[in-house]
Amino acid sequence: MSAIVPQLGDLGKSTRRRSKRLPWTVLVCLVIVAGVVLMTVFGAALAPQDPAAQHLTEVLAPPGSGHWLGTDELGRDVFSRLIAGARTAFVGPLVVTIGSMLIGNLLGLWSGYKGGAVDAIVMRWVDFMWALPGLLIIVVVAGAFGGGYWMAVALLLVLTIPFDTRIIRGATLEQATLPYVEAARALGLSNRRIMLLHIWPNLSATAVANAFLTFAGAIVALSGLSFLGFGVDPGSPDWGRMLSDGTNLLFENPAAALASGAMIVATAVSMNIIGDWLYESLSSRGGSK
Amino acid sequence: MRTRATASLVVSRILVYAGMLVLISFVIFSLLYITPGDAVGNLLGTRRRTPETEELLRRQYHLNEPFLTQYWIWLKDAVRFDFGNSSVSTLPVTDEINARLPNSLILAGVAYVLTMLIGIPLGLAAAAKKSTAVDRGIVASVIVGFSTPVFVGAVALLYVFGVLLGWFPVFGAGTGFVDKLWHLTLPAISLAIAGAGLIVKHTRAVMIKVLDQDYVTFARARGLTSRRVYLLYALRNGLIPVITVSVPLLASLVTGAVLVEVTFSIPGIGDLLVRSAASQDLPTLQAIALLVAALIMVANLAADLLYMAADPRIRHGRSTT
Repeated sequence: MSAIVPQLGDLGKSTRRRSKRLPWTVLVCLVIVAGVVLMTVFGAALAPQDPAAQHLTEVLAPPGSGHWLGTDELGRDVFSRLIAGARTAFVGPLVVTIGSMLIGNLLGLWSGYKGGAVDAIVMRWVDFMWALPGLLIIVVVAGAFGGGYWMAVALLLVLTIPFDTRIIRGATLEQATLPYVEAARALGLSNRRIMLLHIWPNLSATAVANAFLTFAGAIVALSGLSFLGFGVDPGSPDWGRMLSDGTNLLFENPAAALASGAMIVATAVSMNIIGDWLYESLSSRGGSK
Repeated sequence: MRTRATASLVVSRILVYAGMLVLISFVIFSLLYITPGDAVGNLLGTRRRTPETEELLRRQYHLNEPFLTQYWIWLKDAVRFDFGNSSVSTLPVTDEINARLPNSLILAGVAYVLTMLIGIPLGLAAAAKKSTAVDRGIVASVIVGFSTPVFVGAVALLYVFGVLLGWFPVFGAGTGFVDKLWHLTLPAISLAIAGAGLIVKHTRAVMIKVLDQDYVTFARARGLTSRRVYLLYALRNGLIPVITVSVPLLASLVTGAVLVEVTFSIPGIGDLLVRSAASQDLPTLQAIALLVAALIMVANLAADLLYMAADPRIRHGRSTT
């Protein structure tokens, strides 16, 4: 795997070369994502107030100087909770994205390159998953086994892998017929070497761009589960959970619900736009020369 | 010969989906046993456990029979729409579902029509005006619509139209058909926004491909107006693949309906699913899971058959290009 890293370095270089023409929308999205990453890393340390502290004298305060986004039904500062809530909103999708990318890439390469029984099984599985409403499966399983945040993350990962696999498989099928693969095979290279060191670098643009789209999907799905009450524990700050708690307070302090909703949308839109932009600028690399 | 090949293709599709449904139903039934706690405990819920109630439940759910026999009995009852009693309310699951089904059906129906009414024209417009400001505007709004989760959009609509403007009720499903429609308008719109993105994206991609075909260029070269070519020639072929998107659309509608019903406190099937999952009401959970699975398998089958009817190449067993 270590030999793949220089290839990713190349990717970074070509992105920089194009950075002169970085569209402002992408720039805004990068800033938003960077902000969310900071909030994830430092969490409550960045918050102006303790996100769990209950100011019972200031229950349901509207946005103002004391509390930028007002307070919730227990008098907790919504702005601080928003910052603290980035962690569960970001880490779960990150785990889903990385896990699904690793497994989906390997399965997709294998099934696209080797074909045969593996391909048939993987593709039936993908077809099957494609038609199922993933979120509902997680709700049913959470209902039967008792939920929890990491249970939801793990289930989401399993449900996401087929989509990544399908995309990488399709791209591998295209590459596998090209002369360089035949040449590599004629040189007697092992299949593993051909798949990982020769084919994968040519798919890396697709794989990386797709990871961003996966992330956007995962953050929406996970916060949806929290919204329904199957993600994080009650009371902990989380964007999906805050949205559902805040829905009951729409008449008193709408900011409590709308701000966390806006954070979910902003992060998801940013990831989608960055993913699309990466895909376009990386996949036209060869052609523009 | 040809009709026979078609018939065998149809039968094989039906068998595949029926087989999948049986497999899923088996997994759903097994939930009773693979979940933590024993079957009696799962069926009891929060009620007190006494030898008498245990004996009653064992007899009612045939728990003393072998596993496969139990599954068979459960499946036979399920086909007759009998899913046992809720472990929370102790009332028949079927009654609860029947009471809630109309709300969900109206919601899904209105949302579906809205999705198509918003999605297809926008997709066609974007393809016709490809790479112009119109196209870019539509694509940008699709990205936003796509990345706006149903529940966020629902809360935002609820705030603007329910709380700020007060045009629509903020919760419940209403009584009587007109009142129901009024109550379900906002939920249906929030549901449609998400699905419409999928339709726009797909319609646009397909139409751009179709407009690139030789027969379209030829028709234009013969001097037909672009409107005529677009509506009579390209549209016909372009809309066929939109059928295939109907299955993922249904999946997104079903998922979205759950989120929307919870947001707007609509007493529908989705709301019931979330409630039964939260209270670990296994019989209700199993019933809804099986219903949704059946719905999706039937929709898959319908999409496959429609696709075969629309595209003769598949019907005659030749691969499409």
